[in-house]
Amino acid sequence: MAFKHLITLQETSKQDILDILNLAKTFKEIILKPVKKVPTLKGKTVVNIFYEPSTRTRTSFELAAKRLSADVLNIAISTSSVVKGETLIDTLRTIEAMQIDYVVIRHSVSGVPLFLSQNIKSSVINAGDGMHEHPTQGLLDMFTILEKKGKIEGLTVAIVGDIAHSRVARSNIWGLTKLGAKVRVVGPSTLIPKDIRKLGVDVYTNLKDGLKDADVINILRIQLERQKKNLFPTIREYAMLFGINTQKVKYAKPDCLIMHPGPMNRGIEISPNVADGKQSVIEEQVTNGVAVRMAVLYLMGGGKKDEVVN
Amino acid sequence: MKLLIKNGLVIDPANKIEEKLDILVENGKIVKIGKNISDSKAKIINAKDRIVTPGFIDMHTHLREPGFEYKETIESGSKAAAKGGYTTICCMPNTNPPIDNQAMVEFIKLKSSQIGIVDVLPIGTITKGREGKELSPIGELYNAGAIAISDDGDCVANSEILRRALQYTQMFNIPIIEHCEDINLTAEGVINEGYYSTLLGLKGIPSSSEEVMVARDILITREFGGKLHIAHVSTAGSVDLIELGKKMNVSVTAEATPHHFTLDDSMLQTYDTNFKVKPPLRTKNDVKAIKNGLKNDIIDVIATDHAPHAELDKHVEFNNAADGIIGLETCFPLIITELVKPKILSLSQAISKITINPAKILNLNKGTLSVGSDADITIADIKEEIMIDEGFFASRSTNSPFIGRKVFGEICKVIKNGNIIYEKNSRK
Repeated sequence: MAFKHLITLQETSKQDILDILNLAKTFKEIILKPVKKVPTLKGKTVVNIFYEPSTRTRTSFELAAKRLSADVLNIAISTSSVVKGETLIDTLRTIEAMQIDYVVIRHSVSGVPLFLSQNIKSSVINAGDGMHEHPTQGLLDMFTILEKKGKIEGLTVAIVGDIAHSRVARSNIWGLTKLGAKVRVVGPSTLIPKDIRKLGVDVYTNLKDGLKDADVINILRIQLERQKKNLFPTIREYAMLFGINTQKVKYAKPDCLIMHPGPMNRGIEISPNVADGKQSVIEEQVTNGVAVRMAVLYLMGGGKKDEVVN
Repeated sequence: MKLLIKNGLVIDPANKIEEKLDILVENGKIVKIGKNISDSKAKIINAKDRIVTPGFIDMHTHLREPGFEYKETIESGSKAAAKGGYTTICCMPNTNPPIDNQAMVEFIKLKSSQIGIVDVLPIGTITKGREGKELSPIGELYNAGAIAISDDGDCVANSEILRRALQYTQMFNIPIIEHCEDINLTAEGVINEGYYSTLLGLKGIPSSSEEVMVARDILITREFGGKLHIAHVSTAGSVDLIELGKKMNVSVTAEATPHHFTLDDSMLQTYDTNFKVKPPLRTKNDVKAIKNGLKNDIIDVIATDHAPHAELDKHVEFNNAADGIIGLETCFPLIITELVKPKILSLSQAISKITINPAKILNLNKGTLSVGSDADITIADIKEEIMIDEGFFASRSTNSPFIGRKVFGEICKVIKNGNIIYEKNSRK
């Protein structure tokens, strides 16, 4: 199995998802060794092009590529310079002319990775586009759940927070429902997008109901500027209604996992006790991110899942 | 010069004619219409198996000149119009500078008469600079030849200004063409708010963004008079509100575009910016309501909202792409294919919406084949299927989501004031 681009989990088959998660297991073993590098992508070039600031995702992709022995180029473009500068396609064609193999792109506008994949020859990996998808985040969240719970099918996963603006939520919904989880979205009614039920999720605006019997709580970052658009009245009220603290964690199953894609607003959507508590797997999500992204890059290069690497 | 158009199926809704007749044209006028006319001095045009209609009138065209000539010019737009069967087009004033003064109206008229393909009738702005703050010199615009006023592209956000414009235009009996949109509800929206905006992670434009302004405008017109024309109706709710307005005897008319009766928001799934338009493509249910509105004559007119944009405006990130679809050359085939063939509209009713109905709204002495009227005549074939492809367009821009579509309805000949301005076979 091999694929040319990774744009969405909506369009990624269940089998491809399972292959990535399986292979990520092998790569996780490798990155936990003292010597963390394999020669798989030697001679290949990966370009991380980020039109939005990001530390975590960009670093994760960079490490994933380096541990596969690829050459890595990081380009950060502030959107303000884009306004007067060249078009997106011109920028990418210029970079591509330097003979690269993979483009990892983050952009604030939904649909840009697809647009790019239609206009350049390199493989395109979506590292987050607008409010659309963030497929590798979805994959690493699934990997983490699988690792901790041993399965995904039949689990109840509650995604809590700003569903409307969240690419993490969308990728999680597509991936988890394909693997048979029951997915709930929980948040203020102003941040639940229209017709989200048609994606196969249940909608809750009451946190207690939404967390009842959940196996996993995936807490989304709340962008503080949403308050200025009157999507909720105050940050304090948001924290009161939807912030997860130790007491509210008890609404879910006792062994419920606590996840967060980061960066966290401690004390707002998640209390420090919960973030650092024993149910939290937030740091492991970060470790797993590298392994999952290695698996993605490997399979996109045409590697076969059963001929790994050593 | 004399022309004799023979054996065509003549459709002239204003005179309730739909039968095989001959038409004799002399000195740019229609001089005779009837069976078996013969005239040895006339040039014969054989219209057997063709329909013969009044030249079409588009009351909503963007010609982009001056200011955006790389998208379209008065000349290229005139050629596209002729190719689409139009003999009269009304150009929207959102040029740069906008058509908000007498000199601009005169410029459009002079330039288009020098080009001399179709009649180009300027629409003036409602407010100076289209800024929504102060009324344009409406009397001056009218005297120079503006046939309507509109701030199209933007809504008149201030209700008081719209009220005054509706009152003031009563002196000239010209319509106000309103682009109905509450910009606070639209916010940063780029497509219809619904399942597909959720799926695609694109900001939504709710239906109520249009509907609150349709309702507001009807209520203001009810109280203060004037002639209100609602541009590019896109939602089922707007159709209901316009129906209600007409029942209340408010002077309100409305238009729909070909894309709003043909396309819906499910087609945005590839983020193809050729489907990005304002108002946005709505749901299948809205498309159905627009078709019903056309059928029940709640929507009086089919207008193209021909909005040319160059590749560099469209081949960019979705949110940054310009809104708009070209329509002059695809409107008639879409009417035939989407409305007439499925029997939603009769041929005569369909033709009325691109001829006599816009003429009445704009007080134009056009849109009929009556004896004595200007010989503006369109001859079309509605039986053969044709393909819309990249080479289909005379417009300077090709931002059409209809490329690749098979349609019925090919314009064969277009006659303006007795002169042939377009012929199918003369195509490059």
